[in-house]
Amino acid sequence: MSAATIVNLPDQSTARIPKMNFLTKENGLLSWLLTGDHKRIATLYLISITFFFFIGGALAGLIRLELLTPQTSLMAADTYNKVFTMHGVIMVFFFLVPSVPATLGNFLMPMMIGAKDLALPKVNLLSWYPYIIAGFMAIYTMAAGGVDTGWTFTTPLSTHYLNTHVISTGLAIFVAGFSSIFTGLNFIVTIHKMRCPGMTWFRLPLFVWSNYAASILMVLGTPVLAITLVLVVLERTMHIGVFDPAFGGDPILFQHLFWFYSHPAVYIMILPGMGVISEVVSTFSRKRVFGYTAVAFSSVAIAVFGFFVWAHHMFIMGISNYAALIFSLLTMLVAVPSAIKIFNWTFTLYKGSITFETPMLYAFGFMGLFTIGGLTGVFLGTTGTDIHLTETYFIVAHFHFVMVGGMLMAFLSGIHFWWPKWTGRMYPEKISQLAAVVTFIGFNFTFFPQFILGMLGMPRRYAAYPPEFQALNVFSTAGATILGIGYLLPIIYLTWSLKYGAVAGNNAWQATGLEWQTQSPPLTENFAEIPIMDHEAYDYEWLEKMQEKEVASVG
Amino acid sequence: MSDSTAIANGAPAEAQHEHPPYQRHHFASVEQQADTTNFAMWLFLLTEVMFFGGLFTAYLIMRNWYYQPFVDASHQLSIFWGTANTAVLIASSFTMAMAVWSAEVRRKGTLLLFLCLTLVFGFIFLGIKGIEWHEKWEKHHIPGEHYSVQSFVNPQSDPEVYKEYHDAPLPADAAQKTVEYFFLYFAMTGMHALHMVIGVGILIFMIFRARSGAYTTGHVTFVENFGLYWHFVDIIWIYLFALLYLISRH
Repeated sequence: MSAATIVNLPDQSTARIPKMNFLTKENGLLSWLLTGDHKRIATLYLISITFFFFIGGALAGLIRLELLTPQTSLMAADTYNKVFTMHGVIMVFFFLVPSVPATLGNFLMPMMIGAKDLALPKVNLLSWYPYIIAGFMAIYTMAAGGVDTGWTFTTPLSTHYLNTHVISTGLAIFVAGFSSIFTGLNFIVTIHKMRCPGMTWFRLPLFVWSNYAASILMVLGTPVLAITLVLVVLERTMHIGVFDPAFGGDPILFQHLFWFYSHPAVYIMILPGMGVISEVVSTFSRKRVFGYTAVAFSSVAIAVFGFFVWAHHMFIMGISNYAALIFSLLTMLVAVPSAIKIFNWTFTLYKGSITFETPMLYAFGFMGLFTIGGLTGVFLGTTGTDIHLTETYFIVAHFHFVMVGGMLMAFLSGIHFWWPKWTGRMYPEKISQLAAVVTFIGFNFTFFPQFILGMLGMPRRYAAYPPEFQALNVFSTAGATILGIGYLLPIIYLTWSLKYGAVAGNNAWQATGLEWQTQSPPLTENFAEIPIMDHEAYDYEWLEKMQEKEVASVG
Repeated sequence: MSDSTAIANGAPAEAQHEHPPYQRHHFASVEQQADTTNFAMWLFLLTEVMFFGGLFTAYLIMRNWYYQPFVDASHQLSIFWGTANTAVLIASSFTMAMAVWSAEVRRKGTLLLFLCLTLVFGFIFLGIKGIEWHEKWEKHHIPGEHYSVQSFVNPQSDPEVYKEYHDAPLPADAAQKTVEYFFLYFAMTGMHALHMVIGVGILIFMIFRARSGAYTTGHVTFVENFGLYWHFVDIIWIYLFALLYLISRH
């Protein structure tokens, strides 16, 4: 690794964390539970989603352990069904959907656009409570005996055939939906109405653009999931069928309604991550993101196309050939804006002054893994190959490449990148670089064999499998243990750094965003006075001039 | 609202109060604040459209699948009560609009009058809805264990409806599909009624606040946004009325 670094820390012998900041403003539990401050709410979210991530992660560990041997050796088949269902439900609805928007988005959005807070601080706080209530409902479900429908709640399996806790899980997700509706609504309103003077739409950081696109999806998609789950719950309690064919219902209708949300939902999960990558790639190559406008609009394009591809989850479910053809074509189209992003990030790197701090390592991980995940998505979007690959481990691998290799990498990249801003302290650089590399290696070991398993025809969602698949499954499980270490490391050293990390100063990375031009951790009002945006986004020359001026005035 | 934030900021309250007390600290001006909350309300209504959209989709698909059972089941609804309820809701929308106007021109008395009238209309609507639901209960048209297809396999057993429509008897399996209609009927009108109940709750809260002069100081955003919500719930009803009651009358 080159010795070059852009890290710019103040002199540690004199540097102090500012006495007055959003963390020290008030003390006591109530000052946190009743806060309107977007940074404190983001902190609440960060703690809670980390909690759920580790629950979901533990369940993933159980899945991999069970699959170590071809027999059902660790748990019975129906227990296994419950474990993978809860893994899916917790990871999708309680980690991935709120991960970047509710933590980093919440924390950064107002600062990036030069506002004192989100437009609706109370609604922001109100979004956290449904999340927590829903989380406890999900945990209750698990304690009470779990649910084994898979996170997709396929009807009529979920409505009539299973005797597990579908109702409480459904209601938990319904309640969690309010959380994401409120967050999305708040972001859209904030971006429209709260920008500081001079902050035009095309001066917004790309993180803001991608969160804007994700918010549109949250606002338009989540209500449809909500009503679908209400119907499932009603159907289950009253034994009437809108979805169950035995009672005259239509299971395909459920699929349409469910995927109308749940396909856009994967863009809700990935788009904010793409925003993080734009910021990180620009900062660590000291260049404006190549093709800013194209990257900005590609986020919106993903959001728009994302609404018209849902039926590619249903190619083998009895939709007509013509529908399959159209949806296949539309699915290919989504690859275009995603590719625009990848190419533009790559071009940003070209002739940039690249340094390899931890956030950048994670960002590289993202670009590689997301590209693989995205391209295998094209295999699955092609109707012919989909018939062979769907419901196999190929799907599992594809989804995890995009969500874990993509989104989780982006999340960790963002957490490291903005950690000095959030806490005022640096994380330890060497060990975190190690964590990034370990994560990348562990990830590939875990999920790459699953592509091959899928090609060979190993179906997903079974506790047992034919013995010839064992070698690859052992690979996968071994990789999962490495991956687990990769995720444990950050939580240890990040907690350590809260007390012992080096004092970071205002702008540890010499980045251009408005959030870096204020103290760390920021004041409750973010800025001493409302900033005026007099330059383009990612303008490193402007930053240099600013710093020269500062030095001159101090000297 | 604003006071609590001012205190939370720890700054002396006077120092923050060059602007009106209802302006939240993070807005530059009252206009920006009003604009913002208004926009947020419209977005919220958009999510409501999507929410009801799922129900409407299910209804339209089911109606296409089971056309005759849906037509016959629709004949069970009372046009009289439906029309009356539509009239009541439109009237309540009018009084709500007048309430917003009264708040804007700062007339506390008229504001209170119109809010109370809106509340009364809201209660009347829910009452009439209760009468209709009760009728379904008596005829065993509530989906569930006690559901009865009597009115559809043997229309003459239901003389009131029969004398008006002369529906032919449905075969047993088709008659069973009427349960889908009533399931959706209760889901849709129930969801609508839930919105009404929430609206009525907020109305009562507003009447108490309005008595202490909260909305007649020039800060009318809350009343305005509630008005939007109320009109939205009204519009949903108009669609329900057309799709559930009127669609099968020729």
